Order: sequence, then C-alpha cells, then structure tokens
Amino acid sequence: MVQLSWLMALSAAIFAIGVAGFLIRRNILVMFMSIELMLNAVNLAFISLGSRLGTMDGQTIVFFVMTVAAAEAAVGLAIIISIFRNRETVHADDLTLLRW
Amino acid sequence: MNLEFAALALILVFPAAGVLFNLFLGPRLGRGAVNLVGPGVMFLCFAVATWAFVTLMRLPAGSALFCPLWRWLEAGSFHVELGLKVDALSGVMVMVVSGVGAFIHLYSVGYMAHDDDYARYFSYLNLFALSMLILVLADNLVMMFVGWEGVGLCSYLLIGFWYANPQFAYNGRKAFIVNRIGDAGFLLGIFTLLSALAHHGVWSLNFADLQKHAGLIGSGAATATGLLLFMGATGKSAQIPLYVWLPDAMVGPTPVSALIHAATMVTAGVYMVARLNFLYMLAPDAMAVVATIGALTAFFAGTIAIVQPDIKRVLAYSTVSQLGYMFLGVGSGAFSAGIFHLMTHAFFKGLLFLCAGSVIHALEGEQDMNKMGALRTRLPVTFWSMLIATLAICAVPGFSGYFSKDSILEGAYESGHFWLWLLGAITAGITCFYMFRLLFMTFFGESRVEPGKLHHLHESPAIMTIPLVVLAFFATIGGWVELPVGLLWGDAFTRFLAPVVGDFKPAVVASPAMLSALATGLSGIGILLAYVCYLRLPGVPQLVAARFKGLYQLLLEKYRIDELYDLLVTRPLFFISDQILNKGIDQLVIDGTANRAGLAVESSGEAVRRVEDGNVQHYAFVYLLGVIGIVAYYVYLVMH
Repeated sequence: MVQLSWLMALSAAIFAIGVAGFLIRRNILVMFMSIELMLNAVNLAFISLGSRLGTMDGQTIVFFVMTVAAAEAAVGLAIIISIFRNRETVHADDLTLLRW
Repeated sequence: MNLEFAALALILVFPAAGVLFNLFLGPRLGRGAVNLVGPGVMFLCFAVATWAFVTLMRLPAGSALFCPLWRWLEAGSFHVELGLKVDALSGVMVMVVSGVGAFIHLYSVGYMAHDDDYARYFSYLNLFALSMLILVLADNLVMMFVGWEGVGLCSYLLIGFWYANPQFAYNGRKAFIVNRIGDAGFLLGIFTLLSALAHHGVWSLNFADLQKHAGLIGSGAATATGLLLFMGATGKSAQIPLYVWLPDAMVGPTPVSALIHAATMVTAGVYMVARLNFLYMLAPDAMAVVATIGALTAFFAGTIAIVQPDIKRVLAYSTVSQLGYMFLGVGSGAFSAGIFHLMTHAFFKGLLFLCAGSVIHALEGEQDMNKMGALRTRLPVTFWSMLIATLAICAVPGFSGYFSKDSILEGAYESGHFWLWLLGAITAGITCFYMFRLLFMTFFGESRVEPGKLHHLHESPAIMTIPLVVLAFFATIGGWVELPVGLLWGDAFTRFLAPVVGDFKPAVVASPAMLSALATGLSGIGILLAYVCYLRLPGVPQLVAARFKGLYQLLLEKYRIDELYDLLVTRPLFFISDQILNKGIDQLVIDGTANRAGLAVESSGEAVRRVEDGNVQHYAFVYLLGVIGIVAYYVYLVMH
C-alpha cells in the first residue's frame, strides 16, 4: 500500500504546478487548465485522507468538486471563447479592462 | 360681568377667508371677484365688530366679551390657552381697525384699479387685517405676539409690494430688520415677565391673570419688562431710536401707508402699553422713559417734517411725531388719552394719507410737492377732506385732534412732566406749520404741475372719494366722545376706558382751559407762519433756507440719522459678517475643513488605485502571498 505521505506529496506537487502555471503562463486557456490541475490535486488529497480515515466524507466532497469543476469548465470555456471572438486574444496581459 | 360671545371668532374668520380666497382663487376669478371679496370681508368683519361693541356697551361698565379657542402651547406647568376678548380697550381698537380698515380696503379698489397684481395686494391687505385683529383681540401676551409678528410680516410684504424696484424691496427689508430688533426686545420682555411670575408659581401670560398677580412682580422685574416691551414698541410704533424704517416705508402703495403705517399697525405699541398699564404702573422709571422718548420723538420727527418736499414723507414724519404724542400720553399715565389720540389719529391720519393718495393718483405718481399747487379746484373732494384732516391734526378747536391732543398735553402736565409738556406744546405749533405748508403747497398758490399731466388731471372716482368723505366725517366728530367735564356727556371716553386702564391720578393741579389755550395759541402761530411763508410771501422759505443753510441741510437730510446708523451699526455688521464670519469662519474654517477632507480622500484614492492594474495574475499572486502568510502564521502557532 502506498504511504499517505507519498500521496500527499504528489497532491502538493500537482497543486504547486497548478499555482505556478496559473501565475506564470499568459494564455488564459492554459491558466484555466492550471485551475483544473489544482482542483484535481485537492481531490487527490481528499481521496487519500478519506481512504486513510476510513470515512465516506472525503469521497463525497470529491463528487461535489467534480460536479462544480464540470460546470465551471463549461462556463469558463464559454467565457474564454467569447473573449477570443471579441478581442481576438487570449493573452492575460491584454485583458486588463478593469485596471484603474 | 363677562359674557361668552362666540361670534368674536367671526371677526377673525372673515379676513382669513378673504386671504385664502384672494390668494388662491383671486387670480383665476379676476378683478371683479377680488374687488368684491377683498373689501367685502372687511365690511362683514366691521359689522360683527359693531355688533360686539354694541353688546359690550349694553353691559355694565367693566364688562368684557370673551371667546375661548383652544389650548395651544403646553410645556410643563406653562401653557397658553388661546382666547379672544373684547373689553373697552380692545373694543375701541377693533372698531378702529375694522372700520378704518374696511374703508381703506374700499379705497384700494380705486387706487389699485390700474395694477395687475390686485389679487396679491388684497390677500396681503386681508392678511394684515387678520393679524392686526389677532393682536388686539388676543387675551394673552403670546397670542398678541403672534399678531405683532403677523402685522410686521404684512408690513414688509406691502412695503415691497412693487418688488421689481430694488430700492422698494430694500426699504421693505429695512423695515423688517429694524422691527426684528424691537421684536427681540419684546420677546425678552415676555420671558422676563414669565420668569418673574413663575417664581411665584404663576405660569400664565393671560392678561387677566397677569393683572391679578401683578403684585407679585418686583419693581426691578417690572421695570425690566416694561423697558424690554417698550423696545418692541419703539420698533413697531416707530419711536426713537428705531423709527428710521417708517419714512422709508412710504414706497408702498398709498392705501397701505394709510392703513398700516398710519392708522393701525404703528399704533400697536401704544395699545400694548395701555393693555399692560398695570405693569407699567409698577415701574415709574419705565413710564418716564416711555413719556420722554415719546415727547422727544414727537418734537424730533416734527422738525424733520418741516422741510421735506415729498408729500408722503411729510405725512410719515408727522405719523412718527403723532405716535410720540400717544407715547407721551400713555407714559404720563394718561392711558385713555393715549388711546383716544390713537383713535382720532387713525381717522385723520388715515384720511390724510388717502387724500395724498388721491393727489398722487391724479398726478400719475408724482409725490414732490414742488410739482403740485393750485389743485384746490381740480380735486375739490380731496381738497375739502384734506382740509378737514389738517384742521383735525392741527388741533383746531372742535375737530377731533383738538380733544385728544389736549387731553394728552393735559395728562403730561398734570403728571409733573413740565418739560415734556412744553416740548409737546411746541410740537403742536410745528405740526400746524408743516401741515399747512403741505396744504398750501399742494392745493393753493400757482400750479407747478408738469404740463404733460395737466390735461387729464381729474378728481378720483367715487369709490375713492366715498372713504374720504366717511373718514372726514369721523375726523371731525371723532373727538366729541370726550368733552370737557360737565359739558353734555363729559369725559365719556375716559369713563368708558377707566375700568380697563385705570383712573388718571394727577400729580400737579392745572387748569385745563389754560393749557388748552396755550397749546391752541401755539398751533395758531404755526398756522399763521405757514400762511405767511407759503401764501403771502412765497419767497420767504428760500430766504430762510439760504440764511440757515447748515440747519436746513441737516433737516433735509433727516439729521443724517440713517448715515449715523450706517456708520455705527450697518457697516461694522457688514464688516464682521463679511471679513470675519464669511471670509474667516465660513470660507476658511468650514469650507476649508470640508475641502481638505475631500481633497485628502481624493489624493489618497489617486495613489492607492494604481494598485489595481487589472491583470488577474497579479491579483492571484498577491492572493497567494496572503495564503502563504496565513499558513505561515498557523504553522508558527503550532511550532510554538
């Protein structure tokens, strides 16, 4: 059986990759994918801890997260497509309409 | 005996209805309706007043009619019950106000026939009548003050009636502000009186209660109250030092000058002193001040009237002077004499103003007597009315003014004020001089009317001459209610008022006939001088004016009192208001604080908003730093 600490380390690593991707990459599509990475990293942590503690709670929450993530993916992608149609760019530095 | 007489309320209801009608419906229904309702309500009011007065006359002496209204103010033990009361004193006043008022309303119909703002005019005039009637009918000091302020407001509105002329509007404001100074004193007087009585558990300003508990008021409090209330009277009744507004008030329509600034409103102060006679009797010092101010004002204003060229200004100063007589009367303790002169003055001075109005109307607004003359044949009714009024004000024996002025001078002499009596007697001569000067310059001599106005010079219409004739009748016989003791009904007026204002107790014995002869002699000299100067030898006035140029200029410029007040009061006030209060406090401190506060918010916002660059990744980074910080904090807590 895989040790919990390995699993947690993997989860943390994926999450860190997600954060870094979100902060560093300028393509909003990639930033969006990074968010999905972070969500799945958290899901992994929930599953691992749930299995370790022998309760259903972790798995239940994961289903919720996956549902929300699916909805979010649909809405988010729609927004990105809409932005691209209007501005012809998906570069985060160009999308600063809310600046002072 | 007190009789409840609910119809007293009608005396107020009629003018109030007139105000509402003229204000809201008048402009829509047109001139005919306004001309009917405006004077109509006053005649109804006069009818009710007459009914009340006759009822009062039938009751035994010392009776009063009353009509309780409702409880108005309530503050702890203090409360004000509104109520109307007609006793001998307010009965005379109500008759004068509603009677003279009704005829002046009627006259106004003719005078304002060419003015488009007739509805506003009549609503103001009705409002004035309402306020004045509240003032005289009030059975307590607070309600009297309401009327007191109301007449002041109407005076302001009507002086500035032709507000398009900035000078007229300015004069209106001047009257209002000068009156405010007096009214502040009046209000302080009420407070002083209330606090003096409240010490003894009397929480009322009802006149009957005041009279009943007058003994509780200390002499110091009585003097203070008397002087403060008299300060209000100097404002409203145009006495030294607050008389300056009245001559300037003459820019209003002439019937207004007749009603408000001659016959009724300006006599409110005299009425107030007579009404509170029990209070003034407790304060001999305050009485002496009243009498002295009265006599000085009478003389002072009389001298100014001698040289004024404007017909209405002469009458205005004459009014100030006659009001001085009334205060001399009430200040000497001869309250009924003061009220008597108030009544006869309302007749003859109202008439004088209406006649002057008729002349001005005929000459299309000309008020300069240097551009009049020889109008005797062109305006016969006006001339004869004016002659009667002049004879009355000059105290020619038989006319109303003779009886009233004589009883005032007699009262002044017998109360021991020899010098004040002398001043009053000399003023009687001065009065005759300037009044006959006015008459001669206007109606006699050669015509100096501008040629363009000569061809349609005409007598006023009947609606204006009828009030003249009616008032001329009363100016003649109005004084006959008070004859020398022993002749016919004798001093009926004094006996009628005595239960309210008390008996006059002479300090010095004098022969009324002697005093009367002296004053009449002085009057005769005044008339003779005017005759010589303005009819026989028309060059004399110019010679005298040239000889005493300094004095003439001083009188013409009204002793430069306005300039003195300007220097002493107005300018420092404006200086303080503008330089210190406006530029210092308002602009620097208040505006400064507000502006700086706004500026601080704006500039700090300007600095801070640079943080918002709109790039979502920058926000996320800061968010990450925050999360790391919070996690670090908890890790730190766990480690220690």
